[in-house]
Formats: sequence, structure tokens, C-alpha cells
Amino acid sequence: MIVLDKVNKYYGDYHALVDISERVEHNEVLVVCGPSGSGKSTLIRTLNRLEEIDAGRIEIDGRDIHAKGADVNALRAGIGFVFQHFNLFPHLTVLENCTLAPVKLGRASKAEARDYAMGLLEQVGLAHKADAYPNALSGGQQQRVAIARALAMRPPIMLFDEPTSALDPEMVGEVLQVMRTLASQGMTMVCVTHEMGFARDVADRIWFMSEGKILEKATPQDFFANPQHPRAQQFLADRRRD
Amino acid sequence: MQLFDPAILQSGQYHDWLVQGLVLSIQLTVISFVFALPLGALVAVMRTSTFAPLRAIGATFVEAIRNVPLLAHLLFWYFAFPELLPDAARELLYANNPEVICAVIALSLYAGVHMAEDIRSGIRAIPATQLEAARSLGLGRIAAVRLVLLPQALRASVPPLLSQTVNLWKDTSVATVIGAAELMYQAARVETASFRSLEAFTFATLAYLTVSLLISAAAHLFQRCYPVRTA
Amino acid sequence: MLELIDTYWLYFLVGQYPDGPLGGLALTILLSGAALLLAMPLGLLLGIARVSPYRAVNVPVAVLVHVVRAVPLLLVLFWAYFFLPAVTGIKTSQATTMLIVLVLFDSIYLAEIVAAGIRALPKGQLESARSLGLGYRAALRHVVLPQTLRHGLPSIVNQLVSTIKATSLGYIIGLSEVSFIATQINTLVFTQAVEVYLILALTYFILCFGLSRLAFLLERRLQRRPAQAS
Repeated sequence: MIVLDKVNKYYGDYHALVDISERVEHNEVLVVCGPSGSGKSTLIRTLNRLEEIDAGRIEIDGRDIHAKGADVNALRAGIGFVFQHFNLFPHLTVLENCTLAPVKLGRASKAEARDYAMGLLEQVGLAHKADAYPNALSGGQQQRVAIARALAMRPPIMLFDEPTSALDPEMVGEVLQVMRTLASQGMTMVCVTHEMGFARDVADRIWFMSEGKILEKATPQDFFANPQHPRAQQFLADRRRD
Repeated sequence: MQLFDPAILQSGQYHDWLVQGLVLSIQLTVISFVFALPLGALVAVMRTSTFAPLRAIGATFVEAIRNVPLLAHLLFWYFAFPELLPDAARELLYANNPEVICAVIALSLYAGVHMAEDIRSGIRAIPATQLEAARSLGLGRIAAVRLVLLPQALRASVPPLLSQTVNLWKDTSVATVIGAAELMYQAARVETASFRSLEAFTFATLAYLTVSLLISAAAHLFQRCYPVRTA
Repeated sequence: MLELIDTYWLYFLVGQYPDGPLGGLALTILLSGAALLLAMPLGLLLGIARVSPYRAVNVPVAVLVHVVRAVPLLLVLFWAYFFLPAVTGIKTSQATTMLIVLVLFDSIYLAEIVAAGIRALPKGQLESARSLGLGYRAALRHVVLPQTLRHGLPSIVNQLVSTIKATSLGYIIGLSEVSFIATQINTLVFTQAVEVYLILALTYFILCFGLSRLAFLLERRLQRRPAQAS
């Protein structure tokens, strides 16, 4: 589904992504973890071209996303992205947040978009807040709306960039629950997260990144029981201490 | 008739008029600045005082001046104010370049209150803990304000103050309404005498542009050499 | 003082109208409002251009803004009133000339307000809009600008106050706005200069102070309803 071939990225002299060549399969739930500054957010943001790469190739669904004449907007419409800081539109209601893109991009009529969005809000448990404004919602609620907003475009892939890092601990669970449900429904997901419990329970594979490289790729069982790379071992040891 | 004759700008009567105008504009700016800045500092301190009546007076003063256009101020000081003076004072005023004196009064007050607002935001940017620390050392309120608060506030205020100085420079042009023979007055005079509006206005434009850009460049330089260092 | 007001209030308010063109306070208010309204679309465009990543777009606008802000409005007014007719052959009335110059100045200042507002908006807003597949223009239209204009409303009201004060410069080219009328009244009455100019000052004060209070209240309301989602 997603193919990365020798992807490299620089910020000035700093080599942020080093020769990344990997695949993500259909229906796979991939968790990317690692210390701060390892390049995990950068990597996930290259997939919908929020960051541009300096060398290499990225294919989504068999198409080179950097091909000449590639439509960036069409690419992004086909990928759902959930941000660490939710980024809901404060001047629109919860429902309007979810219907804006489908309607303005001509994917659905207002009525269709409304119905579908209400269905999604039901699924994330926030149908009763449809006419509220984002500033009336808690962080956990806003993030659930953000997920519904991304799903409203019916994307085949969902990307999550540290979705629970900005939440108070008591709200992390409600968001992870939504993500677990999505995973069980077969969505292809790439999640950058520090939530190791989620990774252990839900991920099909884990990538451990450090300094722009993927140092270890393993199933959750192998990764947590038997990490190979010394830096992965250090990372897990630090996490256990918290 | 030539389209653009730079000769008249380089010498001759029109040149002299324009240069005199430019000189007066600069003088008006400098003199008004000298009065405006201390006035601004005083009003800013009043507005941030803990003593409510002082704050009220400061606020009233600022709002009364700020909400009336400079032109109306100039008209007032030139046509109305002399009527309020005792005869002797009025004679003295009329004998000594009343246009310039009234222009300076109006410009100083107008620029002064705008500078007061800039300094006030500079003061507000300094955390209250600074004054507390100064007072804890035993400094009286006036000393604390003078030695600790104002120096820091002024440094933070320099960029907006320089911007206000550019405004003051531009505002001297309005003094033409009461007959002060500054640059705009002279440019219009040249235009009326010679119909050479292009040369006269080009001179004026270049003069205003140059001084404005010089002042703005000074602001940039200041920010580079003396950046605001927060606690 | 009361007799003064009694005799001249209508002249002060509307000038020679209907026996002549509209003047006085009505002209001042009308000109200011019209100028700001007409300047909005241009100011919006220039503001968007100002934040454009393409240097060919944002540099000329930046130069225009810096040049216009470095010269007095009166100078531009003189250019428009004395020089332009010589070149174009069209002699515009004082009111039209004033309006054109005001629209120019207002659009430049509005452009700065819009640009500042766009820059102040958290980056995440544009990113999330683009992540949904909305193009740059659609994202601006539906996400960035509605928020920018809402937050910029107090500044826009303050710009109206500046415009009202700027109309007074029309006096110098003979425009019958309220300051000009006041001086006419002063010339007619001659002995009550203080009263006349105090009334003029008070008129401006009520108008401008009232509007700035409105801007202040708007700003307070905007801060109380925090429109920040995170």
C-alpha cells in the first residue's frame, strides 16, 4: 500500500531521514516509536507531503506521489491525518468541521455529508456535541472529533502523529479506544506514538527509529520481549522506568 | 516646456524655497520630539500608576488628544488658543512666528500621547516582579521607576517609538494648514508659481522617503545591537 | 455657545446640501465609511499577496507598503489633486480625489492587518485544512481568512477611526468636510473661535472615541471566547 524507497530528507545540514526503504501493507497497523528528534513525525508527514523529501521515492497505492503533475490535494484527500494538537477549526461547529472538506471538494452533497458525519460522530461517542464549538470540548473530545473529521473523507489510510501526546492522562484512553476500534475494522494505520500499551495490543508491526534511521522492525511480541538493537533496548528500559 | 527639469531643483529661487521648507520640517520634527518624548514618558507613568486619579487623568488626556485629528489640533492652537491668552502674551505670540509655535505645540501633544501609549506597552511588558525586587532593596517608588522600570521599558519601546517618530516626521506636513512654511507648503508654493508640480512633489517625496527610511533603518539597527533581553 | 450651535448646526452637519454638494460631518462619515469598504477587497488581496511564499508576489507588495507608509498622506493627496489632472486630463472633484487616496492608504494598512492576522494563526490550522485535501485557495477561504478577519475586526475598526481623522486633510485641498466647515463658521462669526473649535474637537472625540471603545469591547469579547482549539 505504501512503499518508501531510499527516502532521504535534510534540514539544512541535518540529515533528518536516512535512506528509509520500507513497506506498509494493506490493513496493517504500524506503530513508529523512538526518542524525540528521531524523525518519526518527519517520516509520517512525508507520506502526505506536509514535508517534502530530498531524495528517494514514495508510492501510495502504486502511484508515485511526487510524480510530475501529481495532484497533492487529491493525495491528501485520500489520506486521513490526525495531528498532535487536533487542529480543529474553531470558527466551525463540530459537525461543520467534519462536513467542510467532503462538501467543498464535491465528494458529497450537504445532506449526505451530514448523515455520514453524524454516523462517524456516533461511532466516536460525540453525536450529542455535533452543534457545539471546539472550544467547548475537552482535549480528548476534540481529538475524537479530529479523527471523525479525517474519517469523513473515507480515506483508505489513516496517519496519526502522536495523537495522545497533548492530552491529559485521563483522556488518553478514550482516544486510544477509537483507534483500537478503527484497527479492528481493518483500517491501514500508521501511528507515531509513545503509548506502548496500544502498540503491544494493536500493532501488527513496530518500527523503532533513532536519528533518522529505522533501527529495528519487529512484531510487538518480538520487540517488547527481545529488542535487538542497543538503542531500542535503552528506549524500552527508560519506558519501563517511567 | 520640458517634462522634468531637474535644474530648478538644484539652484535658483524654487530650489531655495524647497530647501527652506525641508529645513523647517526637520526643525519642527526635532523640536516637537524633544517635547513629546518626556511628555510621553510622564503620561505613560501616570497611566500605569497605582494611584487611580493619576491613571484617570492620564487616560483622559490621551483619549482627548488621540481622538481628534492633528489638523483640528492645529486649527485650535492657531485660531482659538490665542483668544484665551492675556493681551500681552498674545502680542508676544504673534510677534514670534506663531505658525511655528502653534505647530510645535500641536505636534508635541499629538506625538506625545502616541509615544505615551508605546511606552506604556513597554512598561506593561516588564514583569511586576522587577519593581518588587527594586522595592525590596529599599528603593523608593520614584527611584525604582526611574532606575529599574523605565530603562527597561524604554528599551522595549524603542522600535514603536522610532515608528512614532516617522509618523511625527510625516505629520509635520499638516502644519501647512496654519501657514507654517514647511516642505509641503513650499512645494505647493512652487507649484502655484511655476506649474512645475512634478519637480516640486518629486523633491518632497524623495525628502520624506529618505528621512523615513533612515529612521526605520535606525530602528532595525537598534533592534540588532540592543535586543530586548528578558529576565 | 448655544446660539452658535442653534444657528449653524445644520451647516455643520451637512454643509451646503441640498443647495450644494454634501459637506460637513455627513461628508466626513460617508467618505470614511466608503473608503474603508472599498479598500477591503484590495486590502484582502494585498494582504494575501504579502504572505505569499513566492517572492515575485510578496516583494513588490512589500515595497509598495513601505513606500506608501514612508510618505505623508497629504503628499499623496497633492500628487493626486495637482499632478494627476495635468497628466490624465481628467480633473476629479476634491471628494473623489480624497476618496481615491483614502482607499489607497486604507488598503495598504488593511493589507498589513490581514497579513499579520494570517501570520498569527497557528500553522496547524492551514496544515489540517490542506491535509483534508483542500487546495491553498479553498483553505484560505474557508479556514484561514474567516478566523483572520474575525480576530482582525478590532484593528479594522481602529482603521476606520484613522480614516475619519485622515479625511480632515481634505481641508487643505478645499474639501468641505467638517473641519473646513468649522473654519467657515469661524470666519463668519469671528469672535467665538474657542467655542467653534472646541465643538469641532468634541465632535471628532465622540465619533472616534465611541468607535475605539467598540473596538476595545470587540477585542474583549474575542478574548473571552477563546477560539483556540488546542
